[in-house]
Amino acid sequence: MRVIQKDSITAAVREMCIQANLCLSPDMEARIRNAEKSEKGTLGKKILEQLVQNMDIAKEEQIPICQDTGMAVFFVKVGQDLHVEGNLTEAIQEGVRQGYRDGFLRKSVVSDPILRQNTGDNTPAIIHYDIVPGDKLELLIAPKGFGSENMSRIFMLKPADGVEGIKASVLQAVRDAGPNACPPLVVGVGIGGDFELSAILAKKALTRNLESPSPLPHIRKLEEELLSEINALGIGPGGLGGSTTALAVNIETYATHIAGMPLAVNMCCHVNRHVSVIL
Amino acid sequence: MERHITAPFDKEQVKELHAGDYVYITGTIYTARDAAHKRMYEALLKGEEIPISLDGNTIYYLGPTPAKEGKVIGSAGPTTSSRMDKYTPLLLSKGLNGMIGKGKRSREVIESMTENKAVYFAAVGGAGALLSKCIKEAEVVAYEDLGTEAIRKLRVEDFPVIVVIDSDGNNLYETATAEYLEKNKE
Repeated sequence: MRVIQKDSITAAVREMCIQANLCLSPDMEARIRNAEKSEKGTLGKKILEQLVQNMDIAKEEQIPICQDTGMAVFFVKVGQDLHVEGNLTEAIQEGVRQGYRDGFLRKSVVSDPILRQNTGDNTPAIIHYDIVPGDKLELLIAPKGFGSENMSRIFMLKPADGVEGIKASVLQAVRDAGPNACPPLVVGVGIGGDFELSAILAKKALTRNLESPSPLPHIRKLEEELLSEINALGIGPGGLGGSTTALAVNIETYATHIAGMPLAVNMCCHVNRHVSVIL
Repeated sequence: MERHITAPFDKEQVKELHAGDYVYITGTIYTARDAAHKRMYEALLKGEEIPISLDGNTIYYLGPTPAKEGKVIGSAGPTTSSRMDKYTPLLLSKGLNGMIGKGKRSREVIESMTENKAVYFAAVGGAGALLSKCIKEAEVVAYEDLGTEAIRKLRVEDFPVIVVIDSDGNNLYETATAEYLEKNKE
């Protein structure tokens, strides 16, 4: 059985936290640069110009792209033939602690939702585990800002609502989010499963490469149609009018019950960050 | 219209700012977000002093990342303003003239803005690295225990913002999309 030491996990997580907050993935960066060229709104274009400059400054001067360096969300795939020497969850939390400290990232986590005392080290992270075949450990971090998180929604749709119901709900969520979620957005959509799985799927959808549409033809079509309908709303960059309200719509699906069609919409701003490594 | 203004500014200057103006702010502003607003609000309700004077000042809804050695501040973009809506009318009644944030405001805030003659600016959300370059000095002046949420006094130079809601209640968020769609009708 393959063995991995907890310290190597902590070291990897530390680096991932820092990297994710300084540089967007190439697919995200390309979408923003292209939007700046194609944007039709006057103020919208000006805002996209600032966002392009912002990405360049962040990279050159190693300043976080956004001051909301997020709550650290992880999707972890643990190979069932891998043995972790030490506590895996604590190894990840320690990596977050070190990364947010050493990377001069903002500590944005409070220990209790009502008492609201800042934990001072951005832990705990939120960790979703999957057990998979093999002997590898795959770590994906997606630091999530809450300006957009706060505008996310779950709709417990009925089967009779169909594709039209899905579209109407997603468009409503985008309209309600308006300028608050920092458009241009990436819209993560989870359809199916149950109440909580739809939300996890929506978050996972945000981490998918924007140049890799859904392999399912009907879902791919829905992604394309939703993107064009969202961009026809005219909300635009910063909510100040324009042709780029969303940079992408990514949809993930799962089997569901005969009586239901859960739909979750996880909003993300243009600072859609994610980094993954395989150990 | 492009304008350059110096902060703090007075009510007469507030009245000259109109929704849609692109404004560069130079001068002194203060940061405060959720936790600092809650403290100031609760202190004011009890009739206690608050640690900064609101009179004629501008609050930037910001919680920056920590400054690296030799730097003034870290990443420093706006946070969502609506979370401050509950506390804002009281602060406006105490003389607050300007707010910088992003996103919609409540009806109560807009009414209070027209009554007290105040202006709401949006900075570009998610442009924290770029905006940090316009901040020349930063000093924690109150509520240090709140960490990133402490009140900071900032000296800014040509800090770029857009007037979204002016002191007459004109709201760019309501008009900009409609105007864009009208102009770009197929």
